[in-house]
Amino acid sequence: MNVLVVLVPISLFLGLGALGAFVWTLKAGQYDDLEGDAARALFRDDDKSN
Amino acid sequence: MSVAACPGCVTAGPTAERLAHDIALPTHELILPRIHCLACINAVEQALHSVPDIESARVNLSRKRVSILARNPAADPTPWIEHLSALGYEAHEARQTQGNTKMQGLVLRLGISGFAMMNVMLLSVAVWSGATDATRDLFHWISAAIALPATLFCAEPFFSNAWSAIKARRLNMDVPIALAIFLACMVSVYETMHSGAHAYFDAALSLTFFLLAGRTLDAWMRSNARSAAADLAALEPRRVITLVEGQQQSRAIDDIAVGTEIHLTAGMRVPLDALLLSERTEIDRSALTGESETSIVLQGAHLTAGEIVVCGPISARTTVPSSQSTLRRMVELASIAEAARGRYSSLADRAAQLYAPVIHGLSLVGGMVWFFLTGDVHKAVMVAIATLIITCPCALGLAVPAVATVATNRIFRLGALVKSDTALERLATVTTIAFDKTGTLTQSALIVPANFSIEECQVLKALAMASQHPLSQSLLPALADVTAAAVSGLKEYRGQGIWGRWNGQDVRLGSGAWVGAEASTVFQFGKTIHPLSRTEHLIPGAKDTIRQLQDQGYDVHLVSGDKQASAAAMARDLNIAKVHAEMTPEAKQTFVADIQAKGEHLLMVGDGLNDTLALTQAWASIAPGSALEASQNAADIVLLDGDLAKIPETLRLAKSARRRILENFALAASYNAVAIPIALSGFASPLFAALAMSLSSITVTLNALRVR
Repeated sequence: MNVLVVLVPISLFLGLGALGAFVWTLKAGQYDDLEGDAARALFRDDDKSN
Repeated sequence: MSVAACPGCVTAGPTAERLAHDIALPTHELILPRIHCLACINAVEQALHSVPDIESARVNLSRKRVSILARNPAADPTPWIEHLSALGYEAHEARQTQGNTKMQGLVLRLGISGFAMMNVMLLSVAVWSGATDATRDLFHWISAAIALPATLFCAEPFFSNAWSAIKARRLNMDVPIALAIFLACMVSVYETMHSGAHAYFDAALSLTFFLLAGRTLDAWMRSNARSAAADLAALEPRRVITLVEGQQQSRAIDDIAVGTEIHLTAGMRVPLDALLLSERTEIDRSALTGESETSIVLQGAHLTAGEIVVCGPISARTTVPSSQSTLRRMVELASIAEAARGRYSSLADRAAQLYAPVIHGLSLVGGMVWFFLTGDVHKAVMVAIATLIITCPCALGLAVPAVATVATNRIFRLGALVKSDTALERLATVTTIAFDKTGTLTQSALIVPANFSIEECQVLKALAMASQHPLSQSLLPALADVTAAAVSGLKEYRGQGIWGRWNGQDVRLGSGAWVGAEASTVFQFGKTIHPLSRTEHLIPGAKDTIRQLQDQGYDVHLVSGDKQASAAAMARDLNIAKVHAEMTPEAKQTFVADIQAKGEHLLMVGDGLNDTLALTQAWASIAPGSALEASQNAADIVLLDGDLAKIPETLRLAKSARRRILENFALAASYNAVAIPIALSGFASPLFAALAMSLSSITVTLNALRVR
């Protein structure tokens, strides 16, 4: 059962990492305009080089 | 920082710009009611980026807005709005840039509870598949370390709602929810401390997660509808131009004192009841009376708030403060009627009222039976709590918001805005529909006489195209096949007409008084003067819409403030048998009340101030986007453009949504029918509880997607 001492912290750490990523996407406003982002995926960013 | 690594897509420029945009808060926000696709996003952003004052602009398609970061935060957005409208994108200034912090808080809680739920469930699976003794206790302690802070933070909205309900000695849906989450945590901590077999941490978290999902959907839908409704209300001008010693000053409507001289140009709405100071003018009273002909008024006449000045500019002296204007009085009457209508109790409310006492009673009885049968206090308490947890209204909490979100979203994409929470449920049971005539089914237009020569038509088109006046615009469809003549020196005299030169002759299109003729609108071609008569023509699609509604079995009425003859003629065109003409606002309200007294559910469709009372009185109501603020406030649904074809579609979606809600209740009930006996007989394990709850919530959500 010693393997648990390693595996449980690793799984928690990975989970926390994903949670951190989620909080970052939220703060960066990535959920503010889901419809618009879906449409924007269809056009090339370098078209609007202004 | 550069997350997207595709070399062809990302250059440093846009990324840096995106970053700058994230950091600096937008200074302006414009509402773009008609944008709907990628091409619109592109066109609007490119147009705004080409304006030198604008640092950056980003369109939000979901909210139909564009956030602008201007170099000068106090810049006047009017030129940008004009620039966009020249490209064909209607734009309005938003009153304030709005944040959605409440939404963000809910999504954050949702994410954290989801994370915690999944991790604790992993540990629970380990316990369930055979971990014992010290290992099981360790897993329980780790679960507690994740679950307790997570529930404390994530379920805070439920706890605070439940607490305020209890303080007010009421029971709402949040009381059983908060109780179940709280008890699940407490009993799990107790079991963990005593090395017990069952801990309900995963159940507490999945409850929190799924209930938060319902709340988030609900909040998202409401904030979308509310902000858009507030934006529509903002279209009404709130500023009045006053004349102080001959100088024009723009003032807020609430600051205008009685006896102030105000300046109105053609096309403006009279903001406050006033006396006319100018010699004469022409006004359009259709908003108040439904009368489609304009009337001529002379110096000293009373102008009523809500009327439109057709011929200007004029000056007038106000007779009342803004709080007592006719417009405001109508709005107040409407709000009284709304209060009298009483709150429709939604399906969710009714389900909740039934739910809480039944469940609390069941778990209490279950616990007591176990105690008397076995004398085991611990077992009895565990059974009572398991029942509470398992029956916690997860699916019920999602059943309505999930359906409402899907349906509201689909209706929004059609171009209509659902303003009220219960509008869909009420629309679904409508049996009778009453339409207002003027402005809703018809619009005023000038007729091009049939005997006009080609040359005359060409000149007329050139003149009509030079003005934005609705009447001159109304000439254009009839002249679609004609090429406009090259009329020189075109000049618009505001409130009077358009003047130009063609082959050395004067040509004019404008009011009769301006040209010196009797008719209200004339076309002057050299020395000849042609009167142009007016007609009311049906809004495109009105006929089809009415036929569709009649085919679907709705009883359609026409209710108009206009004269009997014109209302009856229009009704014949539309095949509406039931016409009610010459109706005052109060008569319309009585008409609605009478029909509803017979047990019918009436949907009122109207736009004018004279419809406001009827809109409020009706079971459900729809107003076109061109309607007055007061009418839009009174209506449940606002059609963003005047397209009536959306009404049958909206009604269909509402019916489909109601069916899905009822199905969801049935699903939630059948889940409980299985789960409650298992919980009461003491066989429910914590993992079973968590899985069963998740399964029922997911089923309900998937069922909601079937709204179409």
